Amino acid sequence: MSTIEKISRRRLLQLTGISAGGLVLAGLVPALSGMTNILDSADGQTLNIFVSVRSDGRVEIIAHRSEMGTGIRTSLPQVVADEMGANWGQVKVIQGLANSDYGSQNTDGSRSVRDFYTIMRQMGASARFMLEEAAAHVWGVPHSECAASDHQVKHIDGRVLGFGELAVHAAKLPLPGLASLTLKAPEQFKYIGKSVPIVDLQDMTSGNTTYGIDVSLPGMLYASIERAPFLGGKIESFDDSAARKVKGVVQVVSIEARPLPAKFNPIGGVAVVASNTWSAMRGREALKLKWRESEHTQHDSNVYLDALAVDVSSNPGEVVRQRGDLDTAMSASSSHVEATYRTPYLAHASMEPPMATAVVRDGVCEIWTCTQAPQVAQAEIAKALGIDEKSVKVHVTLLGGGFGRKSKPDYVVEAALLARQVGKPVQVVWSREDDIRHDFFHACCAQYYKGALDDKGKVVAWLAREAAPPIGSTFTAGENLMSDGALSQTFGSIPFEIPNIRLERNKANGHARIGWMRSVYNIPFGFGVGSFVDELAHSAGKDPRDFLLELIGEDRHLEFASEGFDFGNHGRTLTDFPYETARLKHVVRDLTARIPWGEKLPDGEGWGLCALRSFLSYVAVAVKVRVSANKLEVTQMHCLADCGTVVNPDRVHAQLEGAMTFGLSLALMGEITFEQGVVEQSNFHDYPIARINQVPAVIKTYLVPSDKAPSGIGEPGVPPVAPAIANAVFAAIGRRVRELPLNKNFTV
Amino acid sequence: MIKLKVNGDLHEVDAEADTPLLWVLRDFLGLRGTKFGCGKGLCGACTIHLNGKAMRSCQLPLSLAAEGDILTIEGLSSNASHNVQRAWQDNNVPQCGYCQSGQIMSAAALLASNANPTDTEIDTAMSGNLCRCGTYPRIRAAISQAAKDRGENT
Repeated sequence: MSTIEKISRRRLLQLTGISAGGLVLAGLVPALSGMTNILDSADGQTLNIFVSVRSDGRVEIIAHRSEMGTGIRTSLPQVVADEMGANWGQVKVIQGLANSDYGSQNTDGSRSVRDFYTIMRQMGASARFMLEEAAAHVWGVPHSECAASDHQVKHIDGRVLGFGELAVHAAKLPLPGLASLTLKAPEQFKYIGKSVPIVDLQDMTSGNTTYGIDVSLPGMLYASIERAPFLGGKIESFDDSAARKVKGVVQVVSIEARPLPAKFNPIGGVAVVASNTWSAMRGREALKLKWRESEHTQHDSNVYLDALAVDVSSNPGEVVRQRGDLDTAMSASSSHVEATYRTPYLAHASMEPPMATAVVRDGVCEIWTCTQAPQVAQAEIAKALGIDEKSVKVHVTLLGGGFGRKSKPDYVVEAALLARQVGKPVQVVWSREDDIRHDFFHACCAQYYKGALDDKGKVVAWLAREAAPPIGSTFTAGENLMSDGALSQTFGSIPFEIPNIRLERNKANGHARIGWMRSVYNIPFGFGVGSFVDELAHSAGKDPRDFLLELIGEDRHLEFASEGFDFGNHGRTLTDFPYETARLKHVVRDLTARIPWGEKLPDGEGWGLCALRSFLSYVAVAVKVRVSANKLEVTQMHCLADCGTVVNPDRVHAQLEGAMTFGLSLALMGEITFEQGVVEQSNFHDYPIARINQVPAVIKTYLVPSDKAPSGIGEPGVPPVAPAIANAVFAAIGRRVRELPLNKNFTV
Repeated sequence: MIKLKVNGDLHEVDAEADTPLLWVLRDFLGLRGTKFGCGKGLCGACTIHLNGKAMRSCQLPLSLAAEGDILTIEGLSSNASHNVQRAWQDNNVPQCGYCQSGQIMSAAALLASNANPTDTEIDTAMSGNLCRCGTYPRIRAAISQAAKDRGENT
């Protein structure tokens, strides 16, 4: 694309006032300055910021979200290709750089399809419009007589022109306004709703992939960093004489500790830079370091969690949501149920630890990294190096898992700082031990519940109190109360038809970097709510499924404002994404109809159920367990999700299958503990994740057919798993387990 | 200089004799299909074949590796056409894909020594390979399919 064309398009954009009424949504201004950056095609004709067409017909579609296993590099481009009328076989997906023109690239919150489904359809439809318009010009016929499909534009008289032949002409046309676009009707979809294999499938099965750790630049050095073992640690002294003697070691560089709160800053430490990874690791082992104590050196997580549990079960907290008159209803009832639940810190443990490679030259920083948040990385690097964000170019590699860890770019900033210091390309390699010990941890949590039943076994009062270190404590010193937004994750948004409800939050100070991990606070709160409903059901002498349906009550759309609670709804309005109790009840009924719920089982076997709404999706999980001689075995897992419109069913099923295993890992074995401020675990022997032999032979996933707006799928399969297992254990042996992980009580 | 035979090619490597094969493959030979996951032989991401047997390359010092024939994912087939790779593709096994080189190498070694493994034998052989994404059900299905395809092809 020549400069002249670029300028003329820019002029056209200005003249047609596209930015006011055209193809510009959610800040997706097609800034041409960014285009040269984001497209590497030699002769590609850019139709909009996501689509270009080469003269040989190849269509290039930008994937602006990060691929960490959800299949998003395939599913969003497949939406564009469908609306555009392109053949999938002639599409090449190109990973976009960090660029604010795309809108948010933060690949988290199960929202890639939710936030970009419509925009991608419009991008595809816009490209189709321009190709049809170009053909209409060439033929001198009205646009209405031209239609694109199968990678070409056809005239009603049968003439055809291929996309490649139209590319140059189409790219000179102005972007059409939204009003000119016609989106396909669902029955016209060619790829949306189809299980298109992921674009990386061939490469992933042949090792021909580039993850963060696979980046290789000429003259690149490798860094291994010894970091402060506890929050707020600073170097008192270090001796690097032995480290420098290790063959291959080039340089030893200290990284200055930043004042708390931790934010996304690198942790203070000492980096050993070497000509290969092994030398860097060996050199690092030879460092002698002394750390100055911090206010967090005394953190003992068992003592801390015990204290939170005592607090929530005995001391009133701050009320966050209230309905009716709880105290009166509690005193009026003679049947009460009380329970306190404890859940531990967790680590993400993606198979690829955090990795980043940087070059800093002439005030410009170029980065290649496995990040879920390229724009955040860009901003953090700019801040750390004191340069403009435009001088930071962030390439996103494939991610060997993310789960929220790779949203936090501390490791990316490390690479930038070291590359500047060393004056050569530097790859920062995190070991597994680094990853486990220096995570942004999933918060531990204590919850207290008290319910009152009337003489018919109906719940008349529900009191719940929680304490967990908030994610906000990582960013704001002293923050120790969960926000309504965080509490919206299951705890605050219980959908039950109970006349008297009071929900309270208690304080919990942060002593570690707290972050978000796949499904976030829905994990502890799902465990609390999902378990307590089951406890109430058994107290009432009712079937847990029937009891749950009755508790949810009438079909209705929930609102929370009248009860004083600022429900987050993942940033979406309740008009766009209502909380529909009918959908929640439906997943419960539909799933339990697919399994022999209520079947008579031998001693030691049982089914457990949990259904929750998270990330705007409705998910039910049913689990069958066998407990024998204190050995707990999960024998079946079934999961049904209603996540609205589905773009790629196979990948949605894969996310749910994966969520079953992720949930199984944390329920059975997941636990991070701190002693004197230091994480006690280090690798997969003491922070185990599920192995293939621990996964049930039966894992089945099901989807509710739906034409509602797409909601979320990466995370919502996880939260119901742990409570479903604990409920199944109770059904099997009559023993209630109120603490995770279950291997504290059973052999797994 | 230590001589090393990888995927049929002879290399000379200027690395310390105790360097784990994993880092020799990746940093010295540029064969980055073999992945780093734990460095302790706990996760299987770095699985390669040494004389046809699945080994964790992070635990294999160069001095020992140099005595045998090494096969990595890059050498398993041209064009990802090994029947295990094809079964992986047919079942859309990978999610993030990072552990899959190691999974495929373990599966290929299993089928080379046991053409028709039982479900238990599959679980046992694959229990050293972790997948955080949870692709295990599809790994099982893919191995069963590869065993079947292999049977039909011979």
